Amino acid sequence: MPEAPVVSMQAVNKWFGQLQVLKDINLSVSSGERVVICGPSGSGKSTLIRCICELENHQQGSIAVNDKTLATGPHRGANQGGEVGMVFQQFNLFPHMTVLRNLTLAPMRVRDLSRAEAEELAMQYLERVRIPDQAQKLPGQLSGGQQQRVAIARSLCMQPRLMLFDEPTSALDPEMISEVLETIIELADEGMTMICVTHEMGFAKRVADQMIFMDGGEIVERAAPGKFFSSPDHGRTQQFLSQILSH
Amino acid sequence: MNRKRLLAALLITCLLLLAGCASSQQWGWYVVNPMVHRGRINLLFLMSGIPWTIMLTLCCVLISNLLGFLISLLGLAEQRIAHLVYRGYVEVFRSIPPLVSIFWVYYGLPILIDVGLEPFPAGMLALSLYGSAFMAEIFRGGVQSIERGQFEASRTLGLGYFDTMRFVIFPQALRRSLPAIGNQLVIMLKMTSLVSVIGVSEVLRRGNELAVTEYRPLEIYSFVALQYLVLVLIVSAGVRKLERRMGSDERQSGRAVTE
Repeated sequence: MPEAPVVSMQAVNKWFGQLQVLKDINLSVSSGERVVICGPSGSGKSTLIRCICELENHQQGSIAVNDKTLATGPHRGANQGGEVGMVFQQFNLFPHMTVLRNLTLAPMRVRDLSRAEAEELAMQYLERVRIPDQAQKLPGQLSGGQQQRVAIARSLCMQPRLMLFDEPTSALDPEMISEVLETIIELADEGMTMICVTHEMGFAKRVADQMIFMDGGEIVERAAPGKFFSSPDHGRTQQFLSQILSH
Repeated sequence: MNRKRLLAALLITCLLLLAGCASSQQWGWYVVNPMVHRGRINLLFLMSGIPWTIMLTLCCVLISNLLGFLISLLGLAEQRIAHLVYRGYVEVFRSIPPLVSIFWVYYGLPILIDVGLEPFPAGMLALSLYGSAFMAEIFRGGVQSIERGQFEASRTLGLGYFDTMRFVIFPQALRRSLPAIGNQLVIMLKMTSLVSVIGVSEVLRRGNELAVTEYRPLEIYSFVALQYLVLVLIVSAGVRKLERRMGSDERQSGRAVTE
């Protein structure tokens, strides 16, 4: 494909104080590609995607997102204006606003849409995540699964070219996990470029074009899901997979 | 709930008075007895301080809130210099006893700026500065109590600093700070009695003036105390009502989580 990759990371290093949390990360994600990252906690997978949406800054190497090179430095970086959507483990909805207002705030303030336009857009995405009837409720009145779907719709309202998911189902009750994963799968089927940090391996098998296993701040293994799950090259990957697949 | 509290307060007052009657002290309730002419005149005189107390409280609360809010922005900024200015302001105005700052503004400041201040604006200025230091700390604490995720979500949606603060952070911070702000309101109301020393005709000053002509301090100051009690009970009832109204959605969210 001649098109430039949506995300391109070259030799990226990052430290928190003395601790190196990202070691020589090279990653390229092309348009429409779905990457799933897994690994034990503290392996740097969240930090990696937080660097892509500039909630963290890297200190060495280069990261380019949507053809824009991100600044390095000890402080957090620039605001990407909603070009990169991020879904958090804890939803981070605005609890004092209705669901609809959660969705319309950024399009109105950042993209200068009128209220009517923003609400139309918001309802369109609420229908896609199948909760248009909850538009006037407050986030606290919804279930966890519904809240996370609202959070996904909220990111989509900014019409990002890339979606990042940071363990989107880890804070959910088991019975609510599938409704959120279904939503993400639908999004993947529509061709959205995405990077997803998750431990849901069934989901990973289904959506991933590229599986990445991280440990100790490094990318240990990357492979297509078929090979990744059946015959991973590295012992650490095998060990990790057997631990989380054994129960 | 509210009515019960009021009843309890009145009951305690009555008991204290009864206890007083049992002692050898000669009571002279006639000075504030609404059934006799002299008592009525005295009561009207004492209560004529209430509008001043209320006005001074409102002015001080308004100014200290606005000022405190602006100062808290310095404390929330990322620049070191802003932090230093914030710390300096809070420490200075919080450390000076309000009575001292009233004297300083009323007697000292005119020498410095060569303009005389009337007692009311002088008292207002001194108490507002004092109160603003506390308000600034309350607002800063409120904002810092908001989860980091709220800032992060705003940022990834592309909201700028001011939009994030205005639409996402401050509304939540204000709600959380409401009990503390209400507390500060009550404290400010009572603190206005301090300006009696520079001659603002508020509730305590009226009491002082009457006490020296009637020689009945016990009865007169009891009535002065009663006036503050009633005013404070009204204010706290108002604050609770506001809290209920503003906090309703947070409680709903709490209920949903526990369901």
